[in-house]
Amino acid sequence: MRPAGRGETDSLYFDYPCFDAPEKARGATLSEPTPVAIVGAGPVGMTAALALAREGIRSVLFDNKSTFNDGSRAICVARESFYILERLGAVAPFVEKALGWTTGRSFYRGQQILEFNMPDGPSEKFRPMYNIQQQYIELYLWQAVSDSDLIETRWQSEVIGVRNTSDGAILTIRDTNGTYTIAADWLLAADGARSPVRGMLGRRLAGENHEGRYVIADVQMNHDYPTIRRALFDPACRPGGTVLIHRQPDNIWRIDYQLTENEDADEATREDVVRRNVEAVLSEIGHDGPWELEWWSIYSANTLALDDYRDGRVFFIGDSAHIVPIFGVRGLNNGLADAQNIAWKLGWVMRGKAGTDLLDSYSPERRGATLDVFENATKSARFMTPPSHGWRVMRDAALSLALDHDFAGKLANPRQMTPYTYGESPVVCPDDPAFENGPEPGKVIPEARLQQGYLSDHLGPGFNVICFGADLAQELEDRLAAEDDIRVLSLPARSEAAHVFGAARTAAYLVRPDRHVAARWHQARATSVITAYRKATCNNGAEA
Amino acid sequence: MTPTELESVYEALATTIDQVGESKTELFLAKLTLLLAERVGDTPTVLRSIRDSARSL
Ligand SMILES: Cc1cc2nc3c(=O)[nH]c(=O)nc-3n(C[C@H](O)[C@H](O)[C@H](O)COP(=O)(O)OP(=O)(O)OC[C@H]3O[C@@H](n4cnc5c(N)ncnc54)[C@H](O)[C@@H]3O)c2cc1C
Repeated sequence: MRPAGRGETDSLYFDYPCFDAPEKARGATLSEPTPVAIVGAGPVGMTAALALAREGIRSVLFDNKSTFNDGSRAICVARESFYILERLGAVAPFVEKALGWTTGRSFYRGQQILEFNMPDGPSEKFRPMYNIQQQYIELYLWQAVSDSDLIETRWQSEVIGVRNTSDGAILTIRDTNGTYTIAADWLLAADGARSPVRGMLGRRLAGENHEGRYVIADVQMNHDYPTIRRALFDPACRPGGTVLIHRQPDNIWRIDYQLTENEDADEATREDVVRRNVEAVLSEIGHDGPWELEWWSIYSANTLALDDYRDGRVFFIGDSAHIVPIFGVRGLNNGLADAQNIAWKLGWVMRGKAGTDLLDSYSPERRGATLDVFENATKSARFMTPPSHGWRVMRDAALSLALDHDFAGKLANPRQMTPYTYGESPVVCPDDPAFENGPEPGKVIPEARLQQGYLSDHLGPGFNVICFGADLAQELEDRLAAEDDIRVLSLPARSEAAHVFGAARTAAYLVRPDRHVAARWHQARATSVITAYRKATCNNGAEA
Repeated sequence: MTPTELESVYEALATTIDQVGESKTELFLAKLTLLLAERVGDTPTVLRSIRDSARSL
């Protein structure tokens, strides 16, 4: 919502573009079949299209709007997402614009009870978290999408029908010129939390709605505070409630405050009420200068997901598959990881580099990641908004104790950065117990300094085998087939990478295109590496 | 812990509960439990004590 007199996309700092519907003259070609159709040109749909293009796969993106999503919405982009964007060749404008951060501070009744730092240091290429408004995220993705020859975007084109067939999906689309159908080999449903595709296929989200409603309001002001997330528990401006404050680019600040049980949602989102509540928060944090109200919205904390992210030829990605509470800052980050996961797999299957069974690993891997988020988010939600008397008593006890005892402040840690492991995946090998540290199979590989840059700069676009001795590397080079899309990286046995991988001269890691570890060996042999590569790409029977 | 020592803990609790007042008793006892748990540092003992105390109320 925006202040009276301003339209939905009438922003203080951002010019929303307006995209036309496809031309009528092209009507005849609109029905031409496409390898992949993507419903929804939000951040997740655009990321999927870019990730498919990277595998050489053409797609058509449909969106019923004529511009980007309104409002800043998801503002916290995690380190892992920057790697996804980097892989798509789209990260540069994000690095330029976004505000990186590592630190959060929690306050109880005005007194600081916790300062947490997310892991960071000179061995890291990206910061643990970045703040940037969602419309910039969409703009920068869009710039990459519109530069790609492999992606066709159709704005103002609403998908009104979807049907699975034995070898594809049929979509019905309505645009300003009429209605047509199009056949696709595969369909990605990136159509958001209300997902019409989900409804048309008769699927429902399952899970819980949590207590607590929050108003999120963006204000523009000159406010002198570093990019540090602040959480205020039981502040004077909102007794018993919780307030979150985030800095964004362009002098925009996100003020996020909890409503009490007896505050009515309609009343609480009225402009004058929002202004009054924001003013109270601002004076509590010592801002008495001018400020302008940019945008506001209301949300409640849900943990909802589909039981299966796949339905025949249709894959659900992003909010259409799961809705998570936003204090975990995982909604968008998880969606980007969904897009990357399905896109490389689909690309590899469509190019004949992987067996079709690989696609069955999408749902267990990504749904598993969502359930992980649920668990952490449920813990955070219980702290931010205690659901019952017992939780409230203990929360207040922890906060009150934290004023004098640091250990209790840790209970207020928002757990924003728990990385996920594809532990239950059918295409990830069991761990080699000989390792004492380093990332186990299913985890994302850590970063390390290498020569003038970073380890990630040296990774090939497909699979990578990271070896720490030249003999194994040479043997692998000799035995891999020409069509294997795998790069052999031979790193020094005495290097920062060897240290963080817990690797001796004989060790090797097999790493997937999405930087998750597929398998690792303390004493690697070339045959085991090649067998694991076949397993990870579901090419078991393909060749000896 | 000798009977005399236990007695002194008992007394300190009774007088402190009176001092903090009825409305803050619950908060006080919850804080005390967390703090003791941290100082005892033995999770099974703490969890068993929570279960034991919930009995015969
Ligand atoms: C008001 C609001 C505030 C939010 N605040 C936060 C926040 O503070 N922090 C946070 O982490 N997350 C927040 N979120 C969630 C975050 O915005 C989402 O997680 C993110 O946008 C998900 O991206 P997506 O691409 O999956 O879906 P969306 O961004 O919802 O994109 C879906 C797209 O599909 C299009 N579409 C829908 N139906 C059709 C159809 N039938 N045909 C064609 N196109 C269709 C839509 O127009 C839209 O462009 C907020 C969301 C909302 C709505």
